[in-house]
Amino acid sequence: MAELINMPKLGFDMREGKLGEWVKKEGESVGQGETIAIIETDKASVEVPAFRSGVLHKILVPVGESVPIGTPIAVIGEPGEMVNLAALGVGPAAPSSVAAKAEVRAEAPAVTAPAQAPQPALEGGRLAASPVALRMASELGIDLRQVIGTGPGGRIIKRDIEAYLAAQDRAAQEAKVAPAPVVAPPMPIPSYEPTPEGYRAVPLTGMRQTIARRMVESKTTAPHFYITVDVDMEAAMALRSQLNALLPENEKISVNDFIVKAAALALRQFPNLNATFAGDEIRVHESVNIGIAVAREAGLVVTVVRDCDKKPLAQIAVEARELVARAREGRMKPDDMVGGTFTISNLGMFDVENFIAIIGPGQAAILAVSTVKQMPVVKDGQLAVGTRMKATISADHRVTDGAEAARFMQAFKAALEQPLRLLL
Amino acid sequence: MTSKLSNAELLALYRQMALIRRFEEKSAELYAEGKIGGFLHLYIGEEAIAVGACKALAPDDHLLTAYRDHGWAIARGLPPGPVMAELLGKATGVSGGKGGSMHLASAAHRYWGGHAIVGGHLPLAVGVGLQIRYEALPHAVLCVLGEGTTNIGYFHESMNLAALWKLPVIFLVENNQYGMGTEVGRASALTNIYEKGCAYGVENQQFNGQDVVETYEVMANALAYARQEGPVLLEAITYRYVGHSMGDPERYRTKAEIEFWRERDPLCRIEDTMTAEGTASFDDFAAIQREVAAEVDEIVRFAEESPEPPDAALWEHVFVNPIGERE
Amino acid sequence: MARMTVREAISAALREEMYRDERVFIMGEEIGKWGGTYAVTRGFLDEFGEKRVRDTPIAEGVIVGAAIGAAIAGLRPVAELMTINFAFLAMDQIVNHAAKIHYMFNGQIRVPLVIRTVGGGGRQLGATHSQTPDVVFAHFPGLKVVAPGTPADAKGLLKSAIRDEDPVFFIEHATLYQVRGEVPDDEDFLVPIGVSDVKRVGKDATIVSYSKMLQVSLEAADRLAAEGIEVEIIDLRTLRPLDMAPVIASVKKTNRLVVVEEGWRSFGIGAEISSRVTEQAFDYLDAPVRRVAQAEVPLPYNRRLEQLALPQVEDVVNAVKDVMYLR
Repeated sequence: MAELINMPKLGFDMREGKLGEWVKKEGESVGQGETIAIIETDKASVEVPAFRSGVLHKILVPVGESVPIGTPIAVIGEPGEMVNLAALGVGPAAPSSVAAKAEVRAEAPAVTAPAQAPQPALEGGRLAASPVALRMASELGIDLRQVIGTGPGGRIIKRDIEAYLAAQDRAAQEAKVAPAPVVAPPMPIPSYEPTPEGYRAVPLTGMRQTIARRMVESKTTAPHFYITVDVDMEAAMALRSQLNALLPENEKISVNDFIVKAAALALRQFPNLNATFAGDEIRVHESVNIGIAVAREAGLVVTVVRDCDKKPLAQIAVEARELVARAREGRMKPDDMVGGTFTISNLGMFDVENFIAIIGPGQAAILAVSTVKQMPVVKDGQLAVGTRMKATISADHRVTDGAEAARFMQAFKAALEQPLRLLL
Repeated sequence: MTSKLSNAELLALYRQMALIRRFEEKSAELYAEGKIGGFLHLYIGEEAIAVGACKALAPDDHLLTAYRDHGWAIARGLPPGPVMAELLGKATGVSGGKGGSMHLASAAHRYWGGHAIVGGHLPLAVGVGLQIRYEALPHAVLCVLGEGTTNIGYFHESMNLAALWKLPVIFLVENNQYGMGTEVGRASALTNIYEKGCAYGVENQQFNGQDVVETYEVMANALAYARQEGPVLLEAITYRYVGHSMGDPERYRTKAEIEFWRERDPLCRIEDTMTAEGTASFDDFAAIQREVAAEVDEIVRFAEESPEPPDAALWEHVFVNPIGERE
Repeated sequence: MARMTVREAISAALREEMYRDERVFIMGEEIGKWGGTYAVTRGFLDEFGEKRVRDTPIAEGVIVGAAIGAAIAGLRPVAELMTINFAFLAMDQIVNHAAKIHYMFNGQIRVPLVIRTVGGGGRQLGATHSQTPDVVFAHFPGLKVVAPGTPADAKGLLKSAIRDEDPVFFIEHATLYQVRGEVPDDEDFLVPIGVSDVKRVGKDATIVSYSKMLQVSLEAADRLAAEGIEVEIIDLRTLRPLDMAPVIASVKKTNRLVVVEEGWRSFGIGAEISSRVTEQAFDYLDAPVRRVAQAEVPLPYNRRLEQLALPQVEDVVNAVKDVMYLR
């Protein structure tokens, strides 16, 4: 029996995915769990495993095309099976990709107009909703893709909207959270006068759109403040040399691993910086999951090392190495990207003196780490050569205040300056 | 022609017939120029019937006609300027430009319209006759129809009911020999149309419709009878020289036939009689023709200079009491 | 208030208006000595005399045409066509004359006429005597079309129709005559033409109907109420001019619409209402508009087949459940 493979949802805020590569070709056998395609989301390239074994009968979305999540992208079935595409609702003309594409384009700049958003649905990816359901969704800012249609053929009707609203209300009551922001706040779009010389228009990739949206959201909603400290890295660098002398190549510890561990320990002491501002409350996270910003040509991604406060430095080093490698190669798994509670952005490799970063939405702070360099320092009243590194925290003033952040930075600095603690 | 009419009255009738003819000739010109749209049915050749019959009508009598109605409107006293304006579809037309050539009317003259569905106005005439009897009034109704109309159901329903209720209705058939292009004998089993009255016990009479005086006298007698007794069926023998409507190919008749009738022209008839009697000269008639031509020029000028109906007129008079569709 | 049948209500309206206005009279087949084939005018001949209660020949064309003529001349005729199926014989008078005269002659002539007639199926009268072609008559601008569904509306609307200055086609339903209801005694109790009426208030779905199907819809509403479904019922009462305001307001409230008509679905009332709702309240619809109508066949004689073809309470109940996605 042939079945559709749909564009998977690869992150909580993923709306569409771009077909990066078909690993399997039409007619090729596929084993369950084998990668059949690579999807580029706005954050990363992700492998899509086959949910069953069989033969890839038909590719519905060509490479380079973006479709909304849930849109059929391929048909998998038994070897030798005669596949009736029309019966699967994708028709011989494979309208899914075409129709969906047209609607995605219309929708892309208008995150505020979910009523017209395409829906993973029956007729060529077109959303089926009654006029009044459409109107209600539009007025109430409901993303119809979040609503389950119970009308004929999955049509979303008035009672489905009402049921959805009731469920939202219940969820809000239970969690006592602010009204669920079902729609991303509109992104203010700066206006630019075109230069007289003209310009080259570069279409926004999904990733750039997401970065733009998230950064504007953070900078316009979270009041940032900044504290910089100068960390004496002499002891840490010495310890690292000693340790790495004992370790095989693939287990060697980076400076960043020290920083991650130091930050994790400091966060244990100052949990307010390991938190989320949620409107009417602050959620202090129990886990310390530190995101590591990884620069890629396509744009910044953040990969997350979990429970850094509990894991030994060596384990952090091993995990981080693997995660960063996957991120650099664009082969992140969905879990790699989610769940971060604090982020470290390290531009040390670029010989950066100092810089400040923008807090990731949903987090309370980000730590910007610069280059470890030798410089003249005053030691015991004498000029000497020191090994120093500047680190600047950007913190959300809604969550924490200057003094607390300063004490956090003191703790962070202390952990690195007496690095043996990092090994405990 | 032994007439109770004075010479002055005869000349007045002549003048009216000349006016109608000139009016119709001018209408044909305006039609050819594209200034008149739709259908145009001319009355040329039949003028004596309208003029003679209307001479006999009292002011409060009623008139209903078919669609060859210009001559009737003018003979009944409607101002010819607004009649021509109606042909041109102008706001000053007798029907505000919304009726056209076939739908002239004037409530003030109790002329309840030119009607264009063959036979459709006969039941209406019966109804007007009913009102007269209902209110016990001394009036009568003149209902004018073509001979072709006597073959339709309405004719028989109307004759029957008018006779049954003894209504003061005169059904005046203008037998111009052709229903469009079909001569009487090819459409009606009975070619003496007036005999159809016998079926309903309706008084009936045939007369020479080319003779305005005879028409007047027959009508006067018929009216007197109708007011007292009940319906009358009259058949006027006449002829139209022109086509049924503009653009009639006229394949159904010969030039010789038309010539035969031109020799019996209703206007010439008066000219010949009065000059023979010495009661009028050809100069008198020539003077009348000149006057009439000038009058018709003025009529056309009025009509042409009149304004078009405003767009708002489109929505006026669908209902007396429109209520309005609430939406 | 008095409790009476539709038959008694119509009879009372006629009687009151005949006493009120001398110009009002009734005419039609078997309305006098027989007393009306539906006994609406029983006793009228004795009460008002032959002048005002006029039996006519079986000749629908001249019945309606004469009524138009009488109306033009100043009377207030109420013409009865024994059934709506026979109105087709008078179609030319209704459509080409009654509906056109006021407009065509630019408002000079008025036709204050009421044509009473009886429609509807369900009595095993066969294909030609069982039609509900109401919508055909509602097609023409210039003709008001009224079809009451309750005794009070029957009386109030007929009185309004008789007092109206425009031609009104008044459609009664053969199987509604025995329906009883409260009717105001007031001699000036009028129900306005062109105003739809909310007959039942509800929130879950809207039913638009009129005449006999109003009663069917009310019964369906009772049955649905037992299941906890509250339907709102709009009685159109007048098909032209159509009053959509209460329909639109109701659809905006309930988001679901069922139109129930006894006539055929194609080009019907349901099609019209549905189209207007789509134009005016599209964004309020939660389901496609459902039409309940007669099977598209000439109505058969056999009782079971006839009932199969006519809309039943069950059909209305199911249609409401359909638009609520409950089936």
